[in-house]
Amino acid sequence: MFDYTFQWRQAIRALPQMLDGALVTMQIAVLSMAIGVTIAVFLAVARNSSSRWLRAPATAWVEVARNTPALFQIYMAHFGLGSFGIYLSPYIALLAGIAFNNAGYLCETFRGALRAIPATQIRAGRSLGMGPAKAFRLIVMPQMFRISFLPTMNQAVWAILMTSLGVTVGMNSDLTGVTQDLNARTFRTFEFFAMAAVIYYLIAKAVMLGARLIAWRMFRY
Amino acid sequence: MFETDLSLNDLMFLAKGAGVTLAITFLAVTGGTLMGLLFGVIRAQIKPWMALPLTFVLDIFRSVPLLIQLILANAFQAIAGFGISPFVTSCIVLALYTSAYCTEIVRGAIEAVPMVTRRAARSLGLTWGQDMTQIVFPMALRVALPSWIGLTLGVMKDSALVLWLGIFELLKSSQVLITRLQEPMFILLITGAIYFMLSFPIARLGGRLERKWKEND
Repeated sequence: MFDYTFQWRQAIRALPQMLDGALVTMQIAVLSMAIGVTIAVFLAVARNSSSRWLRAPATAWVEVARNTPALFQIYMAHFGLGSFGIYLSPYIALLAGIAFNNAGYLCETFRGALRAIPATQIRAGRSLGMGPAKAFRLIVMPQMFRISFLPTMNQAVWAILMTSLGVTVGMNSDLTGVTQDLNARTFRTFEFFAMAAVIYYLIAKAVMLGARLIAWRMFRY
Repeated sequence: MFETDLSLNDLMFLAKGAGVTLAITFLAVTGGTLMGLLFGVIRAQIKPWMALPLTFVLDIFRSVPLLIQLILANAFQAIAGFGISPFVTSCIVLALYTSAYCTEIVRGAIEAVPMVTRRAARSLGLTWGQDMTQIVFPMALRVALPSWIGLTLGVMKDSALVLWLGIFELLKSSQVLITRLQEPMFILLITGAIYFMLSFPIARLGGRLERKWKEND
């Protein structure tokens, strides 16, 4: 039943290539998080606003992002926009898809955090002469990021794992893409993808550990 | 833009894909929940350091991309010569993936039941099994159900990844239609609408349950 010899040496020899891929993976994850957080802040404010014209599009974004697969969102960016003559490269499509997804999930995280900040603080800020934007920026936002820090870092790990979906739209420079390339050349599927799995695991753990350390260092009173 | 070659047959093809998505989700969630219940009770019952191997293994399923898990499992079953179909392989992988998350939900829910309540039950003469089924289960269910609904929807969305193993689920079916009709935006919009219709009402229900049950706490 088990007449297969594992060829680990090949996989280990390809390790530098795969680590280069891991860098691209990290790059996409960081960029998508930066874009996602920025959009999510606006979405969270829009969803809490009293204007229906602000609320409706923000709600639509969040519900679509949360109720369709991330892979679908990436396909939408890569294949769907082709209908309008917009052809995104796999890198941009993957980044756009993940950022869209991140923004939707992070918006809900931020909204939850906003609920925990007493409205009296904003009123105090306003009565000190701050405008609404300044009060939000200086009083609400720092607390919002602090409360939602760990859930946000969880989302960052999700973003890292989601970058693996790029291979389905032809991405070949991130960790999964590089692995798939090597696999297509050698057919040592198990060995290469096992290495990739270990690298992903270590990255995810490192990010989570780093987040815990930062939270412990920064957020103690 | 407003004319299409999409026929009723093609819509049936998409519906069939949606059926496969639902079938995989159902099998994976059923298997994953059963395993999650077992592992969750074990994790809540024994000391953390004794459960360490279990915790570590389940953590792997949450820290490695699902796509890689699927590829690895498929490659492994080919190497080992199990000869099981990609459909069964994906169901097994998704079930394990589900169980990893479900274990956390079950453990959290059991630990949310106050220890004094359980001690009261035991001191009234209830056995451990009675305590588990008649005291802990009803109370923990309220904590666990909203997250479990979220998990189920998450698995349904993640099940789109099994297309990599060549299974014709909803998203793969849409790819086939796109290749034939060359109308990517239109077909993807229909596909997205199907996913949305499957997921959104249940997500709403979960959110309402969560709010309703929080009021009584």
